[in-house]
Amino acid sequence: MIEVEGLEVVWGRGTRAHRAVAGVSFEVPAGGTFGLVGESGSGKSTVLKAIVGLAPISAGEIRLAGRPLGTRRGKDFRRTVQMVFQDPYGSLHPRHTVDRVLAEACAIHGLDRPEARILRILEEVGLGPAFRFRYPHELSGGQRQRVAIARALIVEPRLLLLDEPTSALDVSVQAEILNLLLDLEEAHGLSWIFVSHNLAVVAQMCTRIAIMNNGRIVEQATAEQLARDELAEPYSRQLLAASRGYDRAVAGTLVNYD
Amino acid sequence: MAEPSARARTELSRLTGAALHPLVEVADLRVRFPTHRGPIEAVRGVSFTMGAERLGIVGESGSGKSTVGRALLGLVPPPGEVTAERLVVDGIDVPRAGPRTLRELRGGRASMVLQDPKFSLNPVMRVGVQIVEAVRRHRRIGRREARERAMAMLEAVRIREPARVFRAFPHELSGGMGQRVMIAMMLVAEPRLLIADEPTSALDVTVQMQVLAILDDLVAARGMGLVFISHDLELVASFCDRVLVMYDGRIVETCRARELAAARHPYTRGLLGCLPRLDTPARRLPTLRRDPAWTARR
Repeated sequence: MIEVEGLEVVWGRGTRAHRAVAGVSFEVPAGGTFGLVGESGSGKSTVLKAIVGLAPISAGEIRLAGRPLGTRRGKDFRRTVQMVFQDPYGSLHPRHTVDRVLAEACAIHGLDRPEARILRILEEVGLGPAFRFRYPHELSGGQRQRVAIARALIVEPRLLLLDEPTSALDVSVQAEILNLLLDLEEAHGLSWIFVSHNLAVVAQMCTRIAIMNNGRIVEQATAEQLARDELAEPYSRQLLAASRGYDRAVAGTLVNYD
Repeated sequence: MAEPSARARTELSRLTGAALHPLVEVADLRVRFPTHRGPIEAVRGVSFTMGAERLGIVGESGSGKSTVGRALLGLVPPPGEVTAERLVVDGIDVPRAGPRTLRELRGGRASMVLQDPKFSLNPVMRVGVQIVEAVRRHRRIGRREARERAMAMLEAVRIREPARVFRAFPHELSGGMGQRVMIAMMLVAEPRLLIADEPTSALDVTVQMQVLAILDDLVAARGMGLVFISHDLELVASFCDRVLVMYDGRIVETCRARELAAARHPYTRGLLGCLPRLDTPARRLPTLRRDPAWTARR
């Protein structure tokens, strides 16, 4: 589906240049689910931004279905790749109804029968027609995230880029959204790159996981390896230990990997 | 309750090393916010007592957990109305205390750490000056001694270069560093109670662990009480001694933190169930079925 090779992203220039992504390579096969985990500043979100063309790529190559991406992302790209962001409050236009948000996506891509598509996608994300003419402020955080997912899926993409899609939600709502994504993946054979700081969430959602630190992939593992505690790199092992809740003894052993 | 006697009792309990009265006593606490659709009751009859322990309050957004924390310091913003049969913090009757007593309570006897240091620190004041202000506001000591205490406190929260951080402005600090500074500022006046509302939720897991270790050590060394408010059940279970689980403004369950996994209330069990698990992944997560009876009871 997508191959990323030697990706580098540098923000700013000269003495203020900051290399946010410093040589990242991975591939996601068609129908594959890939997770990027790391702490803040590790470059995980920047990888997604680089894929959609929102970050300056200074080196490396991204191939989508075997074809290298140029500097501009065309309509074909946006039909194939869609993104869902973390903050369901910030990513929906406050003065557009759910219907308008979804109709706009259809209009941009010239999709036929927008009305039927809107009704079907609302059903699929578990909202139903009653939500069609609501404004974002009339929705809960979880409902907004369902709208954001509907907006991404209405153009029938092959690859979803999910940037911390449940980090702003309560755990009970998180479980509902994660289940919804898994259902949609099963129904449509989607691929995704799922970015999160939460190891357990990524392990739940992805078959393959890359752990990032300082703009590099420290280690790649399968979800099974993660569950069996079979990580090799000290950084990933520390991240895993810190994810298991508070432990005074573990806290005393933490090392700074900057 | 008269002020001097409260102070004397605090002193006495310090001397004997044991609390003669509970640090916090809350009975039938209610907090109401008027809205144009009628009043909303954010807290509906909460009762608990605590001593020098680490007490966790967990619940989802809107459960009223933060409002309870604020009510303890008389910080529920108007037009919120607070009523309680009893709301006593370190001997001070909070709802009936005057502004002067409240000023003594806040920061002096009990203080509060919030989620994001960016919004809690004054952006145009050097960090050290803010800590010195906090200690001098509550303890009659000279400038030099206050400065020494502030520096010692920065060291106590394991800041490697306290002198540099002392002179820094908040924007020059990372999130973890900012939260350490907040903890230093809140503990410099040696309060007996610290209320921490999601103190580590904005931090990376490893930094969170380090900040919690600092809190853990300071609370143990000083025999303080800690109210730890969080949405993160697993974190609370591993960090606190006792846990109150809140749902819709009420405490639905109280249990020892180590025994949270054996919680009985369906809400607590449901919340624990819907967390993804690293060791035993399931294809689908159990979701929480909310029972209207949880709200109606009592």
